[in-house]
Amino acid sequence: MRNSKYLIVGSSHAALEAAAAIRMQDPDGALAMVTRDTRLPYSPTILPYVVSGRSEPERILLRDEAWFADNAIGFVRGETLAAVDAAARTARFASGAEWRYEKLLLATGAAPAIPPVKGLAEVPFHVLRSMDDAVRLRDAIATARRAVVLGAGLIGMHAAENLAKAGAAVTVVEMQAQVLPGYFEPDAARMIERAFAAKGVTMEMGRTVTAAEPRGQGCAVILDDGRAIEADLLLVSTGVKPEMAYLAGGGVDTDRGILVDDRMRSSAPGIWAAGDVAQARGFYDGAKVVAGILPNAVEQGRIAGMDMAEDEGVKSFPGSVPLNTYTFFGQQAISVGLSAGGEGREVHETVGEGGKSYRRIVLEGDRLRGVSAINDFVDAGIMWQLVLRQVDLSAVKADFVARPLETGRMLMSRIWR
Amino acid sequence: MGKSFNTIQFHADRCDGCGDCMTACAQAKAGTDDLAQSRIRIVPAGGGVYELALCRQCGDPKCVMNCPSGALTKNAATGVIDWDWGKCVNCLLCTVGCAYAGIVFEAEVGHVTKCDTCDGDPACVKVCPHGALEYKTVAGIFNEYGDKEDLFAPGLSACQGCNSELLIRHTLRKVGPETVVAAPPGCIPGMGTVGYNGKTGCKVPIFHPLLTNTASMLAGLKKQYNRMGRDVTMLALAGDGGTADVGFQSLSGAAERNDQMLFVCVDNEGYMNTGMQASGATSFGSWTSTTPVGSAMKGKSTEAKNLPVVMMMHNCSYVATASTAFLEDYYAKLEKAIEASKHGMAYLHVYAPCPTGWRFSSAMTTQVCRMQVLSNFVTLWEFEPGRGLRFTHPVDRPRTIEEYLKLIGKYKHLEPEQVAHIRKSVHDKVAFLKRFAAADAAAAAG
Repeated sequence: MRNSKYLIVGSSHAALEAAAAIRMQDPDGALAMVTRDTRLPYSPTILPYVVSGRSEPERILLRDEAWFADNAIGFVRGETLAAVDAAARTARFASGAEWRYEKLLLATGAAPAIPPVKGLAEVPFHVLRSMDDAVRLRDAIATARRAVVLGAGLIGMHAAENLAKAGAAVTVVEMQAQVLPGYFEPDAARMIERAFAAKGVTMEMGRTVTAAEPRGQGCAVILDDGRAIEADLLLVSTGVKPEMAYLAGGGVDTDRGILVDDRMRSSAPGIWAAGDVAQARGFYDGAKVVAGILPNAVEQGRIAGMDMAEDEGVKSFPGSVPLNTYTFFGQQAISVGLSAGGEGREVHETVGEGGKSYRRIVLEGDRLRGVSAINDFVDAGIMWQLVLRQVDLSAVKADFVARPLETGRMLMSRIWR
Repeated sequence: MGKSFNTIQFHADRCDGCGDCMTACAQAKAGTDDLAQSRIRIVPAGGGVYELALCRQCGDPKCVMNCPSGALTKNAATGVIDWDWGKCVNCLLCTVGCAYAGIVFEAEVGHVTKCDTCDGDPACVKVCPHGALEYKTVAGIFNEYGDKEDLFAPGLSACQGCNSELLIRHTLRKVGPETVVAAPPGCIPGMGTVGYNGKTGCKVPIFHPLLTNTASMLAGLKKQYNRMGRDVTMLALAGDGGTADVGFQSLSGAAERNDQMLFVCVDNEGYMNTGMQASGATSFGSWTSTTPVGSAMKGKSTEAKNLPVVMMMHNCSYVATASTAFLEDYYAKLEKAIEASKHGMAYLHVYAPCPTGWRFSSAMTTQVCRMQVLSNFVTLWEFEPGRGLRFTHPVDRPRTIEEYLKLIGKYKHLEPEQVAHIRKSVHDKVAFLKRFAAADAAAAAG
């Protein structure tokens, strides 16, 4: 049995920020970070760029060994968490290793959610969540002729772009009627879809896959309209689910993720959770959501670490705001907050000349609720703060709608001063 | 850990939106006048007011935390957030983290850009015609002197919030170990610098002269060291009573003879160590225990004597005023004063608002120091023979005197006519100094 005052399980953004926050307050308390991965820390967000060849797996590491040594953090790799005994404050790993902790942070992230499609388990397919997945997919793309991507989220869209650039015939199948649902309204999604179609990608929106069948070295997927699409490369990117099977023994409340309060505390004393595994307050209605986006993982990790180290400066989590920056075929899409209109909301949509750019601002009274834009840069960080702080825009509303970039910068500069 | 960094400061009140900084940046970074290439952005805020979007080189940089590729890092040596194009994947997540628009994407450029402070020599600052941009290098002081030995013992018992302890620790670090310190009666020996029970609170020789003979004793000691051939600095750390009142006769004599010493007056406007009695440096209207507020008296009825001006009229080698809210200014003056003390009398008059005696919160000392200067209640200047008087931190658009007075309990009782009196005397004092500065500047030009 090993002992650590602080035990962090996971090694990506939430885990790293928590460790840094703990060390700001408590330079000496024993701190161990144990991770399933065998590599130094990296971000799941980088994986599409490893697939595309833009990033080398060894050049995107977020920390080196020296960082762990300098911060007196024990870094243990290749250990998968198997069970947590919240009452005894112990954690057991798949290897049989056991740790006793005073304070435990669960930052174990998420795993691909595999849809219940008949025959899918019998055909070869890729997922993209780990570096090993990325290297495998990168190598497979080089030789793929025909590819099918299930799911038009960020992972699927990045992969589809890479496949198209590599010369494969690509079909993207999405159950919902548009790409990137939740971040972009249909008009904006159409612009993205058109860019893909122009590059020869077949976009099958509003379609489900009813079955998958082996075909030679590859497979065929059967759509709900009966068509069969053959592929020598199949990527399943239909979303992720929090990695929390180790809590099956009970003792910690879970729903879709690990339920946490505004300090990232779980229902069990001495256990915190942050990042893609945590289900925390949503900003708009307070209902708890699994946000699954990097900037929220950073915020949550910091808050968890500060709270674990009893840092008096800790502030409550303001709630998850949907955030998305997405680059496709050299074009930029940014989404902050709500994109849907509705009761009490005021929507200003602008389409640029020739349909090449797009901007949508959602207001509620004099408060900004969301901005989404394509090929029309807005400072996502400033927009996020304007949403979170519910800044009163009444004096500058017309300017903001006309020139959100300049007006946003002016407002934040003034607020900071 | 604990390193400080330089930074670009923006004075919005001086910016007229000319945009020279942006052009200079675009030229420095991309060799073009295309403002899309500028990493500094001046934003109109209406009514002739301008705001700024620029990388703050944060201590807890959210752009770095949000970067999935390791392309952004905080440089431990310079404090600059470094960006590595070779690692950047243009995902724009850094822009989600930044609430200042300090790292932004421009389509013409094709990738995110941010300020790198031009390796410590920012092009924007150099071209600003109005001083609206300033490259603050005060951090270097902390880095340089933070590593030097603190020559006072830990555990001095100054009042909470006292800036005198800060001041003397800074000063002796800079003056260095080859020093003899004289600390006449006042707060500085009172907080334990001269020690108790045979132990001193200082790691260099320190002694406790009478209020009356500080300058004479240092003058004699210096002559003996000179005779021995040793280069030792004579440093007085005296209060305003030990300087302006009781100690003045010996100080005036030493100044007349231009004796080699560095005399620092720590001016807290009274005898704060012994029960807050008024001194010749106590300002008009102040409540003290000897200028009470009641039916007959409304605080001090006479003006403070302007001791640094009095010293300027002696034969000193260097005279300056200073504030602990402007440490860069203080260090520059201290450097000149140390040099001048090798040849003659250097006199530094440092303003030291006293939370205990002046009745303000101990957390507010630096703010009170700053407001003294920003309201022109005190002025920062230096005088060198041959060069004359020069303002080192001119305040052309001062804060109202009420803004300063309201921070301080000893002025709480002031009646409107007393405030008007103070306003006029502040105005007159500044005008008086300006006449000197203008005459000296004209003489230098002519």
